[in-house]
Amino acid sequence: MLKIKNLHASVGDRQILRGVDLEVPTGEVHAIMGPNGSGKSTLSYVLAGRDGYDITEGEILFDGEEILDKPAEERAALGIFLAFQYPLEIPGVATMTFLKAALNAQRKARGEAELTTPDFMRRVKGAAEKLNVTQEMLRRPLNVGFSGGEKKRNEILQMALLEPKLAILDETDSGLDIDALRVVSDGVNALRSPKRSMLVITHYQRLLDHIVPDVVHVMSAGRIVRSGGPELALELEAKGYADYVGAAA
Amino acid sequence: MAAVQETVDQVRRIDVDQYKYGFVTDIESDRAPKGLSEDIVRYISARKNEPEWMLEWRLDAYRRWLTMNEPTWARVHYPKIDFDDLYYYSAPKSTKGPKSLDEVDPELLATYEKLGIPLREREILAGVEGASDRRVAVDAVFDSVSVVTTFKEELKKAGVIFCSMSEAVREYPELVRKYLGSVVPVTDNFYATLNSAVFSDGSFVYVPEGVRCPMELSTYFRINEKNTGQFERTLIIAEKGAYVSYLEGCTAPMRDENQLHAAVVELVALEDAEIKYSTVQNWYPGDKDGKGGIYNFVTKRGDCRGARSKISWTQVETGSAITWKYPSCILRGDDSQGEFYSIAVSNGYQQVDSGTKMIHLGKRTKSRIISKGIAAGRSDNTYRGLVSAHRKASGARNFTNCDSLLIGDKCGAHTVPYIESKNASAVFEHEATTSKIADDQLFYCMQRGLSSEEAVALIVNGFVKDVIQQLPMEFAVEAQKLISISLEGSVG
Ligand SMILES: Nc1ncnc2c1ncn2[C@@H]1O[C@H](COP(=O)(O)OP(=O)(O)O)[C@@H](O)[C@H]1O
Ligand SMILES: [Mg+2]
Repeated sequence: MLKIKNLHASVGDRQILRGVDLEVPTGEVHAIMGPNGSGKSTLSYVLAGRDGYDITEGEILFDGEEILDKPAEERAALGIFLAFQYPLEIPGVATMTFLKAALNAQRKARGEAELTTPDFMRRVKGAAEKLNVTQEMLRRPLNVGFSGGEKKRNEILQMALLEPKLAILDETDSGLDIDALRVVSDGVNALRSPKRSMLVITHYQRLLDHIVPDVVHVMSAGRIVRSGGPELALELEAKGYADYVGAAA
Repeated sequence: MAAVQETVDQVRRIDVDQYKYGFVTDIESDRAPKGLSEDIVRYISARKNEPEWMLEWRLDAYRRWLTMNEPTWARVHYPKIDFDDLYYYSAPKSTKGPKSLDEVDPELLATYEKLGIPLREREILAGVEGASDRRVAVDAVFDSVSVVTTFKEELKKAGVIFCSMSEAVREYPELVRKYLGSVVPVTDNFYATLNSAVFSDGSFVYVPEGVRCPMELSTYFRINEKNTGQFERTLIIAEKGAYVSYLEGCTAPMRDENQLHAAVVELVALEDAEIKYSTVQNWYPGDKDGKGGIYNFVTKRGDCRGARSKISWTQVETGSAITWKYPSCILRGDDSQGEFYSIAVSNGYQQVDSGTKMIHLGKRTKSRIISKGIAAGRSDNTYRGLVSAHRKASGARNFTNCDSLLIGDKCGAHTVPYIESKNASAVFEHEATTSKIADDQLFYCMQRGLSSEEAVALIVNGFVKDVIQQLPMEFAVEAQKLISISLEGSVG
């Protein structure tokens, strides 16, 4: 599903990604771990098509197609979803309105009919209940005044509605207490499917107790420096990132 | 070959002849010569068959105007207007316009297309010569004529007077004499005084005591009867306990050969009466270099003359090259209330200096100001507001919220609040914010599948929501669409 080859990205003269190689086959869940500042979020932004990065080398193939020259909204319509580490606030726009606008924009881009309001409401209701997202929350402006946990639940709700092929979760566990972590992880696990791939970015191993990955990668200084099975996460938890921070320098 | 030559000659002959003897004479009889003088004022009054008192009123205004200077305090810049180089009276048909849609600014046409305006109406809006005559001759008109007739009958049953100002001067002289200039005095300001001398036409509304006007009154029904010209004059009176909601304007951008527009609107609310006045103003802002747009210098004021009366102004301003406009409320009656809800969008080279004045005279008077300015392109957007409490206005309260949103980094937003209080018990609250649409917000929306333009529209609609909610339903939907269109191309 996703193939990243020798990806180099920089902002100004600062090189952040220095040759990322990564392959995520369809249906698999991969985790990326690594010290702060190693380039994990940058990788997720570059995958999603955020402006402001110079891609100096490398390629990103999604379902065999080069996507680097596609704008963010086209990549979204192709099925790439990013759950943000820091979800943005949009004052005055009800969460429900935003969800509908997003879903219909993607459907339109794919040549599908827009959903009728009752049809849409039914889908939202189903997904929201599973994530403990209340109707009251859906009426509030998007992410405005939401607690950390509410924001993250709202990200997963969007993922559930948009049904992406590839979901990238950037530090979805940060700022969550243990109960909230369970709700969010259950939500993510419910979306695991043989047709969907996931890239779970995290600094801590604890998320991977709940969302058990098929493969774990370690990122350091803008590169994937090691890959292994779920046991690699436990090893990192025990030893810390000291080795990799050293390797980066 | 010969036939062709003959045709050419014939056309040439007709052309010359008509120019010399036909059309020009016609036009001359329908249009006063350029410039302003007592004679022109007399001419205007005579053309409208006005009574002597109306003429005297105009002349008085004209003489006072001669002693006044153009104000310069607003944050707008434009070449000096030569008031002797303008026409002050032209009958509707004589205005020169483009010969066909081919001669109209393509940007303007694209906007009509997006708003879904039928072809024939596009011609009228763009001022294509003869377009409105054709309309009279063809189909659609029969519908709208009958709609207008039913509409008028229903109003009559309720006792509401809704007619053109010219008609009111002739048919309801006592009302006009009593109220005209009673809110905006003849000498109020340079443009209002000019308007008083030469006003072309406008609406007159009178709602009798205790009557709730059975429908929204819309200029749409009146403007189609007759082009009102550049010096519009409107007067609305709500008697004790009456209620009326009035809609002015149209979401389609109007093109007009008259670059200067100086309208005056006066509202009078007596005891327990309420007037809601909503405007969507979308005059031609000029081409992409800012050329040819309308200068809009308006004086709008409401007088809450009776106790517990209420006046609320709601405006969505997206058009004009220059907007100079401060719909205001004089809160004279005890416990009266004034409201001002405004969205002012500027893009390209537009300049907007708009706001309100809330003058608290009576006890326990309340006012509320919600202003949302959106600046994009190279435009300048200024909110200018005055809230004042006079000695007797004990317990007066005001709440002002003034937000600006910037799109891009070549535009400007400015907030100029003036607050004066001569009564210690008055409570005035003022909140102001300036924000930018952050790249991160746009990216977040685009990651979810929205295009950058859809993302801007969504964020902007969220920003203006509090004001949009004040508009009548069908206006609200159109206004949202209009705001999005006005901001197209402002990012990326
Ligand atoms: N827009 C930017 N401009 C300059 N430096 C940046 C920018 N974005 C990220 N960086 C830098 O790149 C490095 C990687 O950042 P990031 O991708 O956020 O790491 P992580 O998510 O792994 O903590 C950090 O040193 C960070 O300061
Ligand atoms: Mg990060």
